[in-house]
Amino acid sequence: MVPAVKLDRITKRYHTPEGEISALEDITFSVQEGEFVGIVGPSGCGKTTLLSIISGLLEPSAGKVYIFGEESHGVNPKIGYMLQRDSLFEWRTIYRNVMLGLEIKNEVTPENISAIDDLLMKYGLDAFRDNYPSQLSGGMRQRAALIRTLAVNPKILLLDEAFSALDYQTRLAVNDDIYNIIKKEGKTAIMVTHDIAEAISMSERLYVLSKRPGTIKLTVDIKLSIENRTPLLSRKAPEFRQYFDMIWKELDIHVL
Amino acid sequence: MSYENLSPEQMRYLKRIKSRKRSIVIMRIMLFVVFLAVWETAAALKWIDPFIFSSPGRIAATLSRLYTDGSLWTHVVTTLLETVAGFLLGTIAGVLIAVVLWSSETFSKVLEPYLVVANALPKIALGPVFIVWLGAGPFAIITVALTISLIVTVLEVYTGFKQTDCEKVRLVQSFGANRGQILTKVVLPSSFPIIMNSLKVNVGLSWVGVIVGEFLVSKAGLGYLIVYGGQVFQLDLVMASVVILSILAAFMYFGVQMLEKKIAKRY
Ligand SMILES: Nc1ncnc2c1ncn2[C@@H]1O[C@H](COP(=O)(O)OP(=O)(O)OP(=O)(O)O)[C@@H](O)[C@H]1O
Ligand SMILES: [Mg+2]
Repeated sequence: MVPAVKLDRITKRYHTPEGEISALEDITFSVQEGEFVGIVGPSGCGKTTLLSIISGLLEPSAGKVYIFGEESHGVNPKIGYMLQRDSLFEWRTIYRNVMLGLEIKNEVTPENISAIDDLLMKYGLDAFRDNYPSQLSGGMRQRAALIRTLAVNPKILLLDEAFSALDYQTRLAVNDDIYNIIKKEGKTAIMVTHDIAEAISMSERLYVLSKRPGTIKLTVDIKLSIENRTPLLSRKAPEFRQYFDMIWKELDIHVL
Repeated sequence: MSYENLSPEQMRYLKRIKSRKRSIVIMRIMLFVVFLAVWETAAALKWIDPFIFSSPGRIAATLSRLYTDGSLWTHVVTTLLETVAGFLLGTIAGVLIAVVLWSSETFSKVLEPYLVVANALPKIALGPVFIVWLGAGPFAIITVALTISLIVTVLEVYTGFKQTDCEKVRLVQSFGANRGQILTKVVLPSSFPIIMNSLKVNVGLSWVGVIVGEFLVSKAGLGYLIVYGGQVFQLDLVMASVVILSILAAFMYFGVQMLEKKIAKRY
């Protein structure tokens, strides 16, 4: 099967007047369609850089990105990118915020509008469509940002610390929420996080990056002996602790 | 809001706010009335020389004379049109130039020192140049007004553009936005408060430009009345023109404020 995302020896160096910063070194992996893959690593190891390269916002210094088997250059329309901050536009209502992608792509069609209406309804934002972002809670804002990403119907979702703005309780709920949405819509997802527990609870496979320049230190297939996996249930799986310890140890050793 | 379901404490609080507001309005009016009364009395009792200091009564008489001989309208309309033209042209051109600067970093870097110098230069100094180039008429006056607000607008708005949140730009780029869409979807709307603010500043600057321009050209308008009144020692005329000016300037400022509210609501 053609992988949804394939990275072939991706390397990224930033050039600044102060010098060259090597952010990523020789990253190679593949993600199959429908998979949920997590990436963890210490702060500044190049996680955001990696997602930007996959999305096409950044060109790698070396290496190639393949999306559904095709070499990808520039911003790829099959990819939806949820940035580290929700970046809702404070001058737009929630409804007009989630319309943003369609407006830019010139795809404001009746079908797409009704799809957005469905999403707003399904994820509990319908009553807030005419409110401004400042009137919403952190969790609602995050859901609005997700709907904005889903509205353009991407096949692949990139999530960058998408839940870091939330308090712990909300975070667990939104984890479940968003995991279900992604699974229900049959999307492929790559999620970056600092939070080891969150990564284990949501991912089928995890890549642990070393500190800068980021390389893949460890690949972990998460196999939990529970049925109907959801992030919340996963945390109660007997294997959860072992995975956590293993990854924590791996991160800790290489961070300091 | 209904009063029924409010606690007595909340009601007392609301009443206190309301009466405070009312007393402030009353004090404002009183201040104005007292000022006029003192001025008029001082002039009537010859504490001050009404020939030099004028008086409210004499100003009112001058206004009604200007009104009956019909010259009031000519002067007011002349000055108003010049100001509105200078204001609109300066603001629109300023925003457009800021867009051009934003679209090319090299270009804006090249122009940077020139803009800084142009901003520091007192634009009024160019007045005589414009008069030679454009003739001693409304075009020269409008150009003076335009130049005064133009450079500030360019610098202010361009700085606003550059402060646009990079994450928002990245967001629209992730949807495949081109430069034009980045401008219209992110940069312009997020700079809206700054543009509005420079609009308000420009109202004041345009008045300065037009009055100074009329001082120089001296054919018609409130600036002309002021200069003329000064030359023939008719201080009543000067004061009357200043009164009209303050009223016009206030109206224009509130106009811009209303425009701001309207646009802010619409988008
Ligand atoms: N535009 C840039 N120019 C120069 N260096 C950069 C640039 N963007 C990122 N870097 C550097 O590259 C490294 C990786 O940055 P990146 O944002 O990808 O890290 P990250 O893993 O996402 O960090 P965090 O966990 O804090 O979000 C950092 O050390 C950063 O300083
Ligand atoms: Mg990051």
